[in-house]
Amino acid sequence: MHNILTIYKKELRSFFTSPMAYVFLVVFALVNGYFFTNTFFLYNQSDMRSLFGIVPLVYLFFIPAVSMGLISREKSLGTLEIITTLPIRERDIVIGKYLAGLSLILVALFTTSIHYITLYNVGTTIDHGAVFTGYLGLALLGGVYTAVGVFSSSLTENQVIAFIVGIAIVLVFFLMDKLLMFVPASLAGIVQYMSTEFHLSNIARGVIDTRNLVYFGSVIGFFLFMTTRVLEARKWS
Amino acid sequence: MIRIDNLSKNYGHIQAVKSISFSLADKEIVGFLGANGAGKSTTLKMMTGYLSPTAGNVFVNGNNIIEHSLEIQKQIGYLPELNPLYAEMKVYEYLKFHAEIRGIVGHNFKKALERVVVDCAMQGIVHRTIGHCSKGYKQRIGLAAAMIHDPKILILDEPVSGLDPNQIVEIRQLIKKLGKEKLVLMSSHILQEIQATVNRIIIIHNGEIVADGTSEELISDSKGMTQLHLEIQDADENSIQEMKAMIPGITVISFHKMNASVQVTLEYNNTFDPRKNVFDYAVSNGWTLMEMSASKRNLEDIFRHLTQDGDPAHA
Repeated sequence: MHNILTIYKKELRSFFTSPMAYVFLVVFALVNGYFFTNTFFLYNQSDMRSLFGIVPLVYLFFIPAVSMGLISREKSLGTLEIITTLPIRERDIVIGKYLAGLSLILVALFTTSIHYITLYNVGTTIDHGAVFTGYLGLALLGGVYTAVGVFSSSLTENQVIAFIVGIAIVLVFFLMDKLLMFVPASLAGIVQYMSTEFHLSNIARGVIDTRNLVYFGSVIGFFLFMTTRVLEARKWS
Repeated sequence: MIRIDNLSKNYGHIQAVKSISFSLADKEIVGFLGANGAGKSTTLKMMTGYLSPTAGNVFVNGNNIIEHSLEIQKQIGYLPELNPLYAEMKVYEYLKFHAEIRGIVGHNFKKALERVVVDCAMQGIVHRTIGHCSKGYKQRIGLAAAMIHDPKILILDEPVSGLDPNQIVEIRQLIKKLGKEKLVLMSSHILQEIQATVNRIIIIHNGEIVADGTSEELISDSKGMTQLHLEIQDADENSIQEMKAMIPGITVISFHKMNASVQVTLEYNNTFDPRKNVFDYAVSNGWTLMEMSASKRNLEDIFRHLTQDGDPAHA
């Protein structure tokens, strides 16, 4: 456990010693703020639902960008040889890095709470429960995308490739629900269940169902497990 | 302390390490010498758990690397080739990171930090960013990180490559000092480097161990030959051949006729010394011996001889 924490602290420090994390947070807040307020006054309602539709789109590019260097950078620097020959399990390295990436995403998500605070102070009839579950859904979605990002980062030592592979996998999850009409009816149920959108919409409606939580948990677990396997595979190269 | 048991590693069809075995004892500085691509780094990577052996095993104090890699990794300090570091970290942070993973925190970390800073002569750079340090200092940072838990075993992959001559001497002295209380295994492709630092040399070539011993042992190895240079007046080629037939165990390497004398180079096995026979033969034939000097094959010849053929595979 303390190894996970050590890796976590190291990654978080490396995020914040470079300008990257700050640039990321500012741009994330601006992009979301722009698209949210753009339509906000047209609807003329103190409602945050449109934000919950925008953030997943922004995630598509931002999360692969945040996580692309988590492992690939260690590979290209050669420092992977240092951390994997320290007395620490590959699994702990992966979890520590994942949690660091996820923390940055959650901090970024937190910047959008400014809209909630604004609405809370000036708006009327806000559905606090829906806001809460909306944020929960976004946090879980961020968790899945970060796990995908860590996985794609483990596949290569080139950050650009890691970024592109990350976007590609994340897009598959994102689009599954939207391409349902092209899928044979017999597979539609499975494809729908695999899509993040399907589970996210349930949670966003205000229903916290264990099935949805299990889905997010298993997808995260799957990608972290695969990442661990990829790291271990170096031994047999 | 360390036993390498029939260790092999294949990269696809290429056999980088071919069933090598050797043992290393406590408080020994051992040089692992070989040309680029001989299999040095691959062997060290298997010893530290970065790579798994295709066959064979590595035993460290009873634990083996396949089943107990974490236990072994706790006991060793490893400086990989090219000394990769996080350039954006401060020296202090980097050492703290290593210490934390090794479970050294609080007061113990302070003590460990003081020890490695003194040992590696890093006073004054502890609060610097690693990327701003000179190459020599970076090498010390890598070494300090490998030593932060005061391991009994240090494995250093090419610890002095790319350093300037002064830095090389400093690192060499540091390694010698460390070797008084630790087992240090260092690799290099430069013979002089190894010769100046270590007690024992293991030479690896094309994935196989071709020599193992102190430099004196390697030189006096039965494969070692001595050359005898002679300058003789009143002798000719035929009489030299007759001498060769009379004295067993010598071969004529070269023969040059000068104005009044001949220059001859003989070679013989170190196991016997024919100089007296040569002298006696010269006297009995009435030759005038102008010069007779023996030169042993040096370590460099032996290294070149052992690692000449073949093509490099993986490092």
